[in-house]
Amino acid sequence: MANFTRGFTGGARRGGDTRLPPGQYDTGATWPVLTAELTPTIDLETWTMTVDGLVEKPTTWDWRGIHALPSSSYFGDIHCVTTWTKFDTTFAGVSVDALLEIAKPKPEATHVMATSTTGYNTNLPLDDITGGKAWIVWEFDGKPLAPEHGGPVRLLVPHLYFWKSAKWITRIELMDHDEQGFWERNGYHDRGDPWLEQRYQGDA
Amino acid sequence: MTEAIASSWTTGTVREVERFGETYVRLRIEVADRHDHVPGQHYVVRLRAPDGYTAQRSYSLASDPADPLIELMVECLPRGEVSGFLHDVVEAGDELELRGPIGRWFVWGGEVPSLCVAGGSGVVPFISMLRYARRMGTASHLTIVASAQTRERLPYIEELEEFGAFIALTRENHGDRVAAHIYPDELAELSKGIERAYVCGSAGFVSFVGRSLGEAGVPSDIVRVEQFGATG
Ligand SMILES: Cc1cc2nc3c(=O)[nH]c(=O)nc-3n(C[C@H](O)[C@H](O)[C@H](O)COP(=O)(O)OP(=O)(O)OC[C@H]3O[C@@H](n4cnc5c(N)ncnc54)[C@H](O)[C@@H]3O)c2cc1C
Repeated sequence: MANFTRGFTGGARRGGDTRLPPGQYDTGATWPVLTAELTPTIDLETWTMTVDGLVEKPTTWDWRGIHALPSSSYFGDIHCVTTWTKFDTTFAGVSVDALLEIAKPKPEATHVMATSTTGYNTNLPLDDITGGKAWIVWEFDGKPLAPEHGGPVRLLVPHLYFWKSAKWITRIELMDHDEQGFWERNGYHDRGDPWLEQRYQGDA
Repeated sequence: MTEAIASSWTTGTVREVERFGETYVRLRIEVADRHDHVPGQHYVVRLRAPDGYTAQRSYSLASDPADPLIELMVECLPRGEVSGFLHDVVEAGDELELRGPIGRWFVWGGEVPSLCVAGGSGVVPFISMLRYARRMGTASHLTIVASAQTRERLPYIEELEEFGAFIALTRENHGDRVAAHIYPDELAELSKGIERAYVCGSAGFVSFVGRSLGEAGVPSDIVRVEQFGATG
């Protein structure tokens, strides 16, 4: 076929904003919701966070226990595969590094599977959640994270598309291989780098 | 069902373009190297400007897998970059870059008794399910509820009526039914005997229906959701 689409020059989205990854638009003050499931209700009395699999010391924290860890926050942008980007968000919680420091990954661990209370899961290379790149968060803009956005507690991996930031997180399992999670089995990309526009299986 | 083959970019030649007022455009496209789809799946359409700038969006298939062409029904959004182009510019004979079929969650293989609830353009994947069910003789497994503000804003309304879909218009009466959102009572009646529910539409519509299904007694773990539009 011709190397361009007849009559197409680009629309409102080609703003040239260097903070927008390809194909994304600025959603402004709104925060759209993407989910494959209905929003669950989570009881903070019984909620726990577990890091296990290939670690020296599998560990489980309850709500109070995880709050006792040094707090850490993220300020920056988030990108959803459904093409919105939200600038200048603030999330607070703990760094995933803090959990891993306690659980101590074994040398053979290369990937993780993050799982929600709903059974939703998503796979990530270990490198993508270490070194200050990922958080377990319960606050957005200074307020408790709303249930439809994954509250009371979600994973935050802001440098990847947002489906990697599993809502209602409850477990991170370390593995010596990659294994597809929910959206990945259902056609989404294994890594999901927004700057490379890795939306679906088969994207570069 | 489908295998986990990653689809690659291919070319589609637009064979038929039909515009429905200001609101919808239907495209029927011949796809090179096409893979069969399962009702509920979508394609990605990529537009490319002469300077290399691209824009890509997802569109559900309305067509039966056995249809020799794929069919898309696109709602024209105000200032929408891709939907506006498909509505205003595309003509029969044009070529489009396409990828698909994509998605293995929001799909219906024909066996599971299901309730489908659509808002506006969210009806598109259910049209594929409906056509497939009619051909396979499994229409009794499929209950469709479709909602929109007016007749004009509900694509495929005649086909839905003929199928016996439950239609809820919110700004005008439909037959005996007075203009109103879908009631939980209506959903409770329609969801008898279902093993799965599919909900498709805007984010607002999906969360409204999610709550109503809960009130109607449908367990949340049998509900599958797909959101459209800028609020995808
Ligand atoms: C799986 C899936 C299946 C889908 N199937 C269908 C389908 O069958 N039919 C269908 O019609 N749609 C479908 N959609 C939605 C479709 O992918 C597009 O989102 C839709 O067509 C809008 O794209 P657009 O380029 O026209 O609009 P966009 O340019 O993306 O804009 C959408 C809206 O957002 C606003 N907007 C955009 N950019 C900005 C900005 N910078 N600032 C403020 N506002 C802005 C615009 O005003 C516009 O109203 C589907 C989506 C998904 C995820």
